[in-house]
Amino acid sequence: MTVYETGAVAGAGRAPEPAAAGAEAPLAPTARLLPALGAVYRAQLSRARVARIPLLFVATFQSVGIMVLMRGVVDGGQEARAVVAGSSVLVVAFVALNLLAQYFGQLRAQGGLDHYATLPVPPAAVVLGAAGAYASFTVPGTLVTAVVGSLLFGLPLTHVWVLVAVIPLAGAALAGLGAALGLLAPRPELATLLGQLGMSAALLLGVLPAERMPLLLQYARDLLPSTYGVEAFARTFDAHPDWTAVGLDLAVCAGVGVLSLAVATWAYRRAAVR
Amino acid sequence: MSTRTGHPNDGAHDDEAVCETRELVKTYPAARGRRGAPATPAVRATDDITLTVRRGEIFGLLGPNGAGKSTLVRQLTGLMRPDSGSVRILGHDIVRHPERASRLLAYLGQESTALDELTVALAAETTGRLRGLDLRAARAERDDVLDELGLAPIAGRPLKKLSGGQRRLACFAAALVGERPLLVLDEPTTGMDPVARRAVWAAVDRRRAERGTTVLLVTHNVIEAETVLDRVAVLEQGRVIACDTPSGLKSAVAGEVRLDLVWRDSAPLDVPEVAALHAAAEETGRRWTLRLAPDEARAAVAAVTGGEAFAALDDFTLATPSLEDVYLALGGRTKGLVKV
Repeated sequence: MTVYETGAVAGAGRAPEPAAAGAEAPLAPTARLLPALGAVYRAQLSRARVARIPLLFVATFQSVGIMVLMRGVVDGGQEARAVVAGSSVLVVAFVALNLLAQYFGQLRAQGGLDHYATLPVPPAAVVLGAAGAYASFTVPGTLVTAVVGSLLFGLPLTHVWVLVAVIPLAGAALAGLGAALGLLAPRPELATLLGQLGMSAALLLGVLPAERMPLLLQYARDLLPSTYGVEAFARTFDAHPDWTAVGLDLAVCAGVGVLSLAVATWAYRRAAVR
Repeated sequence: MSTRTGHPNDGAHDDEAVCETRELVKTYPAARGRRGAPATPAVRATDDITLTVRRGEIFGLLGPNGAGKSTLVRQLTGLMRPDSGSVRILGHDIVRHPERASRLLAYLGQESTALDELTVALAAETTGRLRGLDLRAARAERDDVLDELGLAPIAGRPLKKLSGGQRRLACFAAALVGERPLLVLDEPTTGMDPVARRAVWAAVDRRRAERGTTVLLVTHNVIEAETVLDRVAVLEQGRVIACDTPSGLKSAVAGEVRLDLVWRDSAPLDVPEVAALHAAAEETGRRWTLRLAPDEARAAVAAVTGGEAFAALDDFTLATPSLEDVYLALGGRTKGLVKV
């Protein structure tokens, strides 16, 4: 192929010396972590109004429906607690794990990450902002499920306030997992599939009473981060809850949350620059 | 036609390089065939590209789809690492420090996925905040830019609910909040109506006049390239096949004119003069495009505007060469440029 050049081809013709280090133009400031996190969180939260409300209803109805079904099988006691706690945390799994995995999977596949990657924003702000917003989406559904479940099975509502800790910590663990799955999956369909599988696991292993499961499933249940949110919440239906055990369960959620959000941040960095 | 070949900035002695690439190469590896997808060989998407964009210029990358324009731009914005070669933006080595690009330039990509579910106002404000502005500054700039682009009446609507052109304009607005000395715009006016296009170019011109902003524009629209660009690099299969002012490039094919003939039903091939033109014509439906020397073109016009041929003729135009003619004359193989 011939390259056509006129005398005015400055780019190819007279090559200026590469600029010396001293000639570097000043860089614009970067966005700091907390303000950037706040901006991403606010933007993500506003998306709920446009796109997420129907899905939040689905999440809540699904959990309420499961409790109604289990009402015929379970007759109070330990098992009822597991059903109510499992259904409540299932809302968190549906939104934070499943929907966030889908969101990041699509964002990555369609080039939406370019938008963030060409802004001077810390990767952690993007991941934490989105994860925080998705965890926040779960608040109304989880509360409704917990209250309806307690009334349905005649459980005390005394310690329902523990959800103030359960939602953010289980939310962090599951949203981190969802974000990491979405950002690591090579194709968006795979991200959707992994998110759905994660939610199904949370449903089967979280809602069904553990005592009736085969040993292998009980181990699988122990590996799932949502289990610890379920256990923590279930324990608080006792008249005198074992707060140490509740604290330990929540600490596991927090640990998994830190770890999975760190992995998600690393995955974001990796996905943003190819 | 102007025969100007010098650069518009030549008199100004303002040759400071804003963006320089040297021998830039990026190869996409060969993909193995999978079910339903045939194997593809390795592609040199960027093949030894050396370019300099100077301060205050509107510099264009013109080429058909697949010429490597977006791949080149992704390397300039730090989104993609080149296999070899260098990229300098305002003196900074972007290959070694890709994260610095975001602090030097604003990028408008082709995708709006990240902003689609936000309102126009929130998209602009959030982008400004992520560009390091505090809340007050981001809101003030947001209001200014939305007013400037005529987006204020639809500020409260989500991008998803807007038409393609309006959505594109909203993304452009987001790119302008949080000022940067270099704007990298990948086909910014796709889908826009003339009003929105004028708003875009007026906003670009204002920034250039007031702040010396430099613009790197990706386009496959020939008319746009001719009217807004100071200089243009023509890309074909990952290589720069020419780089000059639009008029400088056009002077290279000044010996030719383009004759477009549109027939009512079909061409009257029984007319000998028309039959003679048929061999040289490039047919698109009822339209024939001919590239001829001026005297040949005059003769052809005389032939088709008289007698039997004229009765079959719907429309004809005689025009000086466009950048598309330049592209084809330079050996461009794809007829993928847009003339709207």
